[in-house]
Amino acid sequence: MKNLITIIILTIAISTNINAQNGYKIGDTATDFNLKGTDGKNHSMAEIENAKGYIIIFTCNHCPFSKMYEDRIIALQTKYKERGYPVIAINPNDPKANADDSFDKMVIRAKEKSFNFWYLFDDGQKIFPQYGATKTPHVFLLDKEKVVKYIGAIDDNARDAKAIDEKFLENAIEALDAGKKINPETTKAIGCSIKSL
Amino acid sequence: MRTIILFLTLSFITLNSNAQVKVYETFNEFEQEFLLPKNNDTTYIVNFWATWCIPCVKELPYFEELNTKYADKNVKVCLVSLDFPESVQSRLIPFITKKNIKSKIVLLADSKTNKWIDKVDPAWSGAIPITLFLKGKEKHFYEKNYHTTKELETDLLKLKN
Repeated sequence: MKNLITIIILTIAISTNINAQNGYKIGDTATDFNLKGTDGKNHSMAEIENAKGYIIIFTCNHCPFSKMYEDRIIALQTKYKERGYPVIAINPNDPKANADDSFDKMVIRAKEKSFNFWYLFDDGQKIFPQYGATKTPHVFLLDKEKVVKYIGAIDDNARDAKAIDEKFLENAIEALDAGKKINPETTKAIGCSIKSL
Repeated sequence: MRTIILFLTLSFITLNSNAQVKVYETFNEFEQEFLLPKNNDTTYIVNFWATWCIPCVKELPYFEELNTKYADKNVKVCLVSLDFPESVQSRLIPFITKKNIKSKIVLLADSKTNKWIDKVDPAWSGAIPITLFLKGKEKHFYEKNYHTTKELETDLLKLKN
């Protein structure tokens, strides 16, 4: 019986992974969401007035790569929120797979680090498969019509913020803001696979 | 200057790792040795993992079991750690010792991941674990978690011989 349950769980996990591969491509229009944030309120992109774009970052508590980017995500929000490009962080992980990614732990982490951006919980894992996020951190830059303009990494060096050569995401935002072609439109970085059960 | 410091740091780590874990500073060097097609009959199972990656750690015993089972069948398992080079001594080596891992373990330290992820396989999103099965020019790539040794063995046997 236990084996049967394991098989069912694994099958669901595998199908979720497959779904996650078929996410948005550059030029697709992204879905809005209505997710609970660590401030206790539900949030969606629609409530942000006069946004010129949205920086959606799938990230979480437990992943070492997510942790390495926390300060850089705070800095992004400081720099770009005023310019009309707010950061929205979404934790896509099922907390049953890792207790550190529970909503309560998200609230604690947001307070510890004084997150200046919405940190939302993809409760039920409905949003990340639509985007096609596969790992944390995984960035989707949207324009004001929610068209996907850039997918990938924040920059080219997770481990050492002092040794960054290319700030992929910032370059993409600047190009979008200036109405120029974004190059590169997609990048890749190592990350923690999004956990489903 | 920064490069020199990095090089010295990495050399220091390598020297102090009791030769248990070779650190590859550049992807090119790693690729030459592990990914490019070889003129022999050996099958290579190359798994990318890290001690901080829970699903990776969970599947390691299946790789270990296969490594033992196929030891005399020209199959070699190589576990490529993406742990941070500064944690080789504090984390990786103690982990290997504690788990008594027998498969070959190397560490890939090239932090410019956007430049090499597609070279491992264009289908790779960057999430770990991943597993490659390589024999001669044949290459199978899987971005997934294994849940049994049997499942891993099934993918191994998909290689045409």
